[in-house]
Amino acid sequence: MNWLAIGVTVKLATLTSLILVAIGLPLAYWLSFSRWRWKFLVESVVALPLVLPPTVLGFYILVAIGPHSPIGRSYAALVGHSLPFTFEGLLFASILYSLPFAVQPFASVFGQVDRRLIEASWTLGQSRLKTFVKLIVPLSAAGIVTGAVLSFAHTLGEFGVVLMVGGNIEGVTRTVSIDIYDEVQSLNYAGAAKTALFLLVISYAVLLGVYAMNRKVWAVWPQK
Amino acid sequence: MAAEMIVAIQKSFPGRFSLDLSFRMALDKPAVLILFGPSGSGKTTVLRCLAGLEWPERGQIQFRGDTWLDTKSGVRVPPQRRRIGFMSQDYALFPTHSVEGNIAFGLSDLGAEERRRRVAEVVSLLQLQGAEALKPNQLSGGQQQRVALARAIARRPQLLLLDEPLSALDLPTRSKLCGELRALLKHSGIPSVVVTHDWAEALALGDQMVVINEGHVLQGGAPQEVFSRPLNADVARIVGVETVVRGRVIESSGGLVTVDVAGTKLTALGAEETGPDLFVCIRAEDVVLEPLGVGATSARNHLAGTVREVHAMGALVHVGIDCGFPLSALVTRSAVEDLRLSLGTPVVAAIKAGALHLIPRHDGR
Repeated sequence: MNWLAIGVTVKLATLTSLILVAIGLPLAYWLSFSRWRWKFLVESVVALPLVLPPTVLGFYILVAIGPHSPIGRSYAALVGHSLPFTFEGLLFASILYSLPFAVQPFASVFGQVDRRLIEASWTLGQSRLKTFVKLIVPLSAAGIVTGAVLSFAHTLGEFGVVLMVGGNIEGVTRTVSIDIYDEVQSLNYAGAAKTALFLLVISYAVLLGVYAMNRKVWAVWPQK
Repeated sequence: MAAEMIVAIQKSFPGRFSLDLSFRMALDKPAVLILFGPSGSGKTTVLRCLAGLEWPERGQIQFRGDTWLDTKSGVRVPPQRRRIGFMSQDYALFPTHSVEGNIAFGLSDLGAEERRRRVAEVVSLLQLQGAEALKPNQLSGGQQQRVALARAIARRPQLLLLDEPLSALDLPTRSKLCGELRALLKHSGIPSVVVTHDWAEALALGDQMVVINEGHVLQGGAPQEVFSRPLNADVARIVGVETVVRGRVIESSGGLVTVDVAGTKLTALGAEETGPDLFVCIRAEDVVLEPLGVGATSARNHLAGTVREVHAMGALVHVGIDCGFPLSALVTRSAVEDLRLSLGTPVVAAIKAGALHLIPRHDGR
């Protein structure tokens, strides 16, 4: 098993998932509560990675962060090196790629929060931000965990985008899925099988956790 | 600085009606203003505009000289800065918070000590001792209502807004809590606006009342005054005067008026000149039912008729009688049993002259 690749993958998935919680919560809040009539434009962009082939997404990200684009140039001027084929570039791509897996569960659970509870909080003098932190987040806990875990699991298994944007640099951008591909290419089926099984078990365990939580099977237990 | 609240708002509901109303509420002494009307009349919208949860298209709201809303100058004070207590019909308790957490929710700007003191104060005022740690879903309907009230008054608001505060409760709890609510509103000294469609609640809680229908104010005044002296037939129907029929004056002498209603002659008190055409309004509680052949009583009107409808409403029974025109009576269950009232039973309905309320009509029929 390639522990270096596993290390890179877990680090990438954890950071992606944390950053997606940070930017996904405000974005989902806006998508749930805004009455802007062109909101659907943003909704479609957020959902785009669900239908776009990862290579297509990866291609555009590569172009966008490359040395010929304004984004790529200003990043290089600021940090000193360019984004493609670095861990930061890979992280940026992963965030875009997993965006719908975080934002959609967040927005869906925010949409289920009873408006009257939010209004009650406002009449109790609580600002929109305080209402979000003290009321909406606790009410939406299950959906927020679901979104975080799904974006984590989705990043674990990404392949096309990684290949396009990250390349295959040992210890930096070589993730588990790339490693498996390499092993198969070099006909090392035993090595590929071990790493593949590892990824399967982790992904299954993560999804088990999410579904068990959302089924509320524990509701039949006596209350404390 | 005027110690009053001035409200004048307009809002349209496409396909239904346009809300266009104004009223004033004196705030120099603690008072309860009732917004009374049938469901869908727009009264809840008015309350939500007062809370800042809904915005009228045009209008203004002034509270003790503060402008909360003025569409002309673009002033829109959000609910957070109106210092109000608002209680919605379903209480909107936070399911993730305990009773104590719900009550303390709006007190976050106070110090921990002061907050604890304030929570303890309203907990004892509303007799919620022992329930502090429970979640809303572990409470009875009556307790939930108390928690919602406690949460609304804990911040010591300058105005309390209650939307159908008792409607989510079962009947026995409702009448018990109605008295408590009255005492609480008086004790707290906070000016309150209460939305209701229940005239018993309006009479029990209100000092002032505004009758709203289809977005317009039909009548304002003390509840008793409005109920016993509706300005017109619409108000009479809305406030629950059960019988409203067309009549025509045929004789008027010595303060008594004889009115012809569908061929039946009724005697009423008529102090002022009302014109020949009028509505006769009779509250169902004022109709006494007797068996045939009792003879003279002090009531001036004895109408022979047949029972057409009998249905129970709590402890009382609503009896519909055909006596040339449809007449409603509200009697006790035991009266129904004693008189053996059922469909088709002949009865005599006795009504005192003073219980007939005459309202001028101008519909020309």
